[in-house]
Amino acid sequence: MTRYFHSVTLDHEKCRGCTNCIKRCPTEAIRVREGKARIFEERCIDCGECIRACPNHAKSALTDSLDRLCGFDFTVALPAPAFLGQFRRTSMPEKVLAALLTAGFDDVYEVAVAASVVSYAVRRYLMTRDFKKPLISSACPAIVRLIQVRFPALLNLVVPIDTPMEVAGVLAKREAVKKTGLDPARVGVFFISPCAAKVTAVKQPVGRDKSAIDGVFSMSQIYGLVVKKLKDAPSGLGLQRASSSGILWGRSGGENAEVGYGELLAVDGVHNVIAVLHEVEKGRLSDVDYLEAQACVGGCIGGPLVPENPFVARANIKAMAHMVADRPLPVAEAGMQALYDEGTLSMVKRIPPRPVMSLDEDVTMAMAKVELLEKTVESLPNLDCGSCGSPSCRALAEDIARGLAFETDCVFKLRERVRDLAAEMKELAEKVPPSMERPRATVEPDDDA
Amino acid sequence: MASEPTARVLTLSFQVEGQNFRASGEAAGRIKRALEQVGLDWSIIRRAAVVIYEAEMNIVIHARRGVLSAEITPDQVVIVADDEGPGIPDIALAMTEGYSTASAEVREMGFGAGMGLPNITKHSDEMRIETEVGKGTRVTAVIRVGACGDGSRAVSDCSQGSRG
Repeated sequence: MTRYFHSVTLDHEKCRGCTNCIKRCPTEAIRVREGKARIFEERCIDCGECIRACPNHAKSALTDSLDRLCGFDFTVALPAPAFLGQFRRTSMPEKVLAALLTAGFDDVYEVAVAASVVSYAVRRYLMTRDFKKPLISSACPAIVRLIQVRFPALLNLVVPIDTPMEVAGVLAKREAVKKTGLDPARVGVFFISPCAAKVTAVKQPVGRDKSAIDGVFSMSQIYGLVVKKLKDAPSGLGLQRASSSGILWGRSGGENAEVGYGELLAVDGVHNVIAVLHEVEKGRLSDVDYLEAQACVGGCIGGPLVPENPFVARANIKAMAHMVADRPLPVAEAGMQALYDEGTLSMVKRIPPRPVMSLDEDVTMAMAKVELLEKTVESLPNLDCGSCGSPSCRALAEDIARGLAFETDCVFKLRERVRDLAAEMKELAEKVPPSMERPRATVEPDDDA
Repeated sequence: MASEPTARVLTLSFQVEGQNFRASGEAAGRIKRALEQVGLDWSIIRRAAVVIYEAEMNIVIHARRGVLSAEITPDQVVIVADDEGPGIPDIALAMTEGYSTASAEVREMGFGAGMGLPNITKHSDEMRIETEVGKGTRVTAVIRVGACGDGSRAVSDCSQGSRG
């Protein structure tokens, strides 16, 4: 039994052992060993950078099979806001949702509806002014895991409000139970995801014991089915309820726009987020109230499991949000306040740190290893070529200090050793036994007569 | 306490160039990474991160060059920022929140808000400034494992400077 569930997985057949993924991984979680990539599961945050980077499509995301729908009497599709961005901007949002419904669900509940509720809760929380700054959004599960792994000291800044996905799961199930009278266990709510991180967030949630979501399908997985139904989809079912501000959560900046209170800062792309979190760590952003941080460039429309180009999707989602610009918020303020007061929107568990950086459990041993690491780095070529299977010379030095690699794993170091050995061999080859030595004219003790 | 093995010291030091804002924060980042790898408590690393960064920025903003170093033991982290620079004529004034001698350009970049030394004091358990006008400044900050920080024990025993 493994400690961590990961949606991101490797297809050994397809992996050619190149260095593309190890160089992109934001937590240095991948090494190439015996010709194949290997993921350190305690470091992986399921951000999906490797899925994007792999030219051989050896990295993929584990999602649920559509067969899971058969296990329930009533099923609800929960499309993430980014879903609308996957369709041409001439498509009506209502028709896209109707096509999704006819692809095999009994009902549809937009996560964008819950996004508006979460925005309300965040705003209420910001208004208390009783928090350490900057508060960090909890919406992107890859970023929450990034903080667990690389910035545990910042975990207390993560806003203790649940994600739009979880809130949508709770609200959709409540509504379906009310509508059908079924046992909640017979109602299945399925998230339509732009990324692997959300799959992991459902299978192994942080901030709550069990996810409200019964299964996750990726947008790419379901896209073909929906496109086929789109032309003949009905447009009068009244499925589309989310406001434009909720829909725009699907792209970067959308969350902050809807929260709309206090000093706001938005950052997207996991490497950019790391840079901003370093600034937070230095204490340089204590004038910011709220930080929207998303692992994918462009926000969720840039997710690794979406079919559409993120820049095209950005224009699509904007156009669709515009079409429903006059729609009021889907849940009345009194309703949102009630949800806030009853605690439905709060995270119930503290997010634990997942520190993986220390080189040894014993501090003194770790200090010795850091010393060895620093010394090793000096001796390496620092070209960061990746041929050793570690993402950089520094990472190799770290692996050596941990006892997971050898200096000769470095091709340059190996060549140096070979050259030295060759020189030594040449020297040895020139040595001959005294019996075979050629007479030396000068030292010849010829005749001492 | 007799049989306790003598704790080893891990020393890291980095050259810091004055006015090089592009590279600023790199030395601090390297030291912070080492603290993580040593596996000190996260509350210590959080405090140390602020102190190291502010100490490095003090050199970048005010001095010609300097050396930023960290002495790490299991019980404490000692940060020393030793620079060749203008020195501090009035330490008490320099310790005032918001007081800064940074140039307008530097402030434009979002640095030099006059919070450097106050922030170091706030996040360390002990802080010392030795300075000589026209020569340079050495700031020493100690962060102890298990101490409270947040300025509550921050006795700034600044040995009065300007010995020149």
